[in-house]
Amino acid sequence: MGLLAAAVERRGIATVSIALVREVALRVGAPRALAVPFPFGRPLGGPGDVARQRAVVEAALNLIRHPGPGPVLEDYPVSPADAAGPSSRDGS
Amino acid sequence: MASFDELSTRDRLLLAAYPWRRAEPAWAPPRGPLSELRVAVVTSAGFYRPGLDLPFRPILGGDASWRALPADVDLSALRLGQVSHSFDRRALKADPASGFPVPHVAALAAAGIIGAVAPRHVSVNGSILAAGRLVKQTGPAIADLLAQDQVDLALFVPV
Repeated sequence: MGLLAAAVERRGIATVSIALVREVALRVGAPRALAVPFPFGRPLGGPGDVARQRAVVEAALNLIRHPGPGPVLEDYPVSPADAAGPSSRDGS
Repeated sequence: MASFDELSTRDRLLLAAYPWRRAEPAWAPPRGPLSELRVAVVTSAGFYRPGLDLPFRPILGGDASWRALPADVDLSALRLGQVSHSFDRRALKADPASGFPVPHVAALAAAGIIGAVAPRHVSVNGSILAAGRLVKQTGPAIADLLAQDQVDLALFVPV
C-alpha cells in the first residue's frame, strides 16, 4: 500500500493511510499514516462498531492538516480515550 | 496492534521476510481544508463484485490488479479476494465497511466534514510479493483513475 500511496502522491493527489504496524509504515515511507491498535483484518476496529470505525476514518483524514514536509506518522489514541472519539495531537 | 512487538511469532516472521520496498519520498500538498476535499478509498481487502468484476487470481507473486468500485456499491454483495491467512477474514465478511469504509466517508460528506465522496473507490489485493508490478502498473493506473475522478485525497486502508 505504501508504494501505491507514493504513486498517487507523485500524481499530485494527497494520501492518508491506516497503519496496522508502525514499523511497516516507517519502512515503506507512507507519506501520512495513522497507526492503529487493532489486529490484522480489523483496520478500523471491530465489525459492527460503526462509531469507532468512523472515528478512525476521520482521524486518518485529519492527517491532511499537517502542512508537511512528511512523512507524518501519528498514533490513534488507545482506550479509554477512544471512547471520546478521535483526537488530533497537533490541536489543529 | 500498532507495534511489531505485539505480533505473533508467525506474523513477525512473515513481515520480516516480506520484501518491503521503500517508496521514493513523495508529498502532495493538501489542496485545501478537509471540508472542501473530494475523498476516495483504497482498500487492500481485494473486494470485487461477483458477476461484474473479475475475481483476483491466486498467482505467483500475487495478483496486483485492481478493481474500481462505484461509490454506491452494495457492500453486502462484495466478495473478499484477499487470500492471506494472517488476518481475521470473518470480521471483513461480516462487516465489509470495517475494511472498506465507503459508508463512513459518505457520512462524513453528509456532515460536511469532507467536501465530497469520489464517484469511484479502489480495491486491490494485499500481500503482493511482486512489488515491481505495483510500482510499474498498479500505482500509476490507480493514480490515473483518481486523477480522472478529480480526487483530492485518497484514504488507504490495508487489512
